[in-house]
Amino acid sequence: MGIRTRISSEEIEEKVSQLCMDANFHLPDDMLGALRVSGEKEVSPVAKEVFTDLLENAKIAREYQMPVCQDTGVAVVFAELGEDVEITGGRLYDAIHDGVRKGYKEGFLRKSMVINPLKRVNTGDNTPAIIHTELIPGNYIKITFMAKGGGCENMSRIAMLTPADGREGVVNFVVETVRMAKANPCPPIMVGIGIGGTFDYAALLAKKSLLRPLGTKHRDPDTAALEKEILERVNDLGIGAQGLGGRITALGVHVEWFPCHIASLPVAVNIDCHAHRVKTVVLGI
Amino acid sequence: MPDIIHLKTPLTDEKIASLRIGSRVLITGIIYTARDAAHKRLAELADQGKKLPFDVQNQIIYYVGPSPARPGRPIGSCGPTTSYRMDVYTPKLLAMGLKATIGKGNRSENVIEAMKQYKAVYFVATGGTAALLAKSVQKADVIAYQDLGAEAIMRLEVVDFPVVVANEIYGNDLYREGIAQYKRD
Repeated sequence: MGIRTRISSEEIEEKVSQLCMDANFHLPDDMLGALRVSGEKEVSPVAKEVFTDLLENAKIAREYQMPVCQDTGVAVVFAELGEDVEITGGRLYDAIHDGVRKGYKEGFLRKSMVINPLKRVNTGDNTPAIIHTELIPGNYIKITFMAKGGGCENMSRIAMLTPADGREGVVNFVVETVRMAKANPCPPIMVGIGIGGTFDYAALLAKKSLLRPLGTKHRDPDTAALEKEILERVNDLGIGAQGLGGRITALGVHVEWFPCHIASLPVAVNIDCHAHRVKTVVLGI
Repeated sequence: MPDIIHLKTPLTDEKIASLRIGSRVLITGIIYTARDAAHKRLAELADQGKKLPFDVQNQIIYYVGPSPARPGRPIGSCGPTTSYRMDVYTPKLLAMGLKATIGKGNRSENVIEAMKQYKAVYFVATGGTAALLAKSVQKADVIAYQDLGAEAIMRLEVVDFPVVVANEIYGNDLYREGIAQYKRD
């Protein structure tokens, strides 16, 4: 046990509210860089122009502190909580929800959550956030905020493949998912893939893979090769930026995997649009 | 670069007939916003034979739920939402005289057929260029369903709002043609 660090719930709330605004106003550098490089590489004139517009849009959003996209998303929050942290003045989950409420109000961000999925009345403040927590050794809290758009989330899919389907089955399922999605998830997209675990865990892995900086390869060379192969296959679909035809449909493919049951091969595909809004803050250090 | 067509609302059959897929169009005039929840209500009214909150005859519906406007600005960010979710409602509105829709992504065969039948077009705006598109909006007023928040129906005054023709009255589809050109087997 290390020395206990105290972090106030007020500080968590404030930092979360800032993350909501920061992520929605400022596209991260990895995404801006990928848009620039891809715009230069793209051969379709129509798609090339889309890349130019996306960069111009990012510039305007930054300058006027406007959301990059009107769909400012579901607030997905990953909190890694150090075991030696004591939260004072309130509870972690309340602080996160309060931070989202504040950030979406003060940042003039859109409120996109409905209370009951079948009755569909807006909650009015974009809460609740979807919160994933993980206990980690240490005396800090790492909070990652993701504004996840509905259009691309809708194009995500999961399958319980059989062990016999293997690597080829996984590749085919992912490529088919992107092919079916066509223009709908706002390409150029990021493709997050979770393989293994259980039904639910594969989906979480897919989402977590999207948090990796764009352009980073998986640490395991076989998995990195799988990412590269899927990226090439996806880009051969010809969907292109905004689905109007082009050579670049995905800017990156990220895979994460986990051990699984002898009978199972779960695979989940979580698609993110080019408005890839992820920001992280560390508290207590 | 092909010529840019300047289009003023309200639309007419003659204006619609001149549009071809891939044409770049700058729209000036009035467009109405409506997305999922508003469409559900419009369809219910239409089914009951009741009057809609605005006359769709010769008008354009834009699938958008804008972010809130900052003080002193007409609107927040306002890019298109994905259109296929409205496909189930669109033929009914086209039958009532709606002449165009603006969104992003592919339309169903039913909607493409209905556009041929009722002489209407589908425009696409670039998804995720929501801050850029806001510059074309001069004024925005909620005219119905305030309770729906971002999904309320608004009347927008736009100047040179940039779109591309994705489907026209001749049954062509810009998405299908564009992807066919760049696909590798």
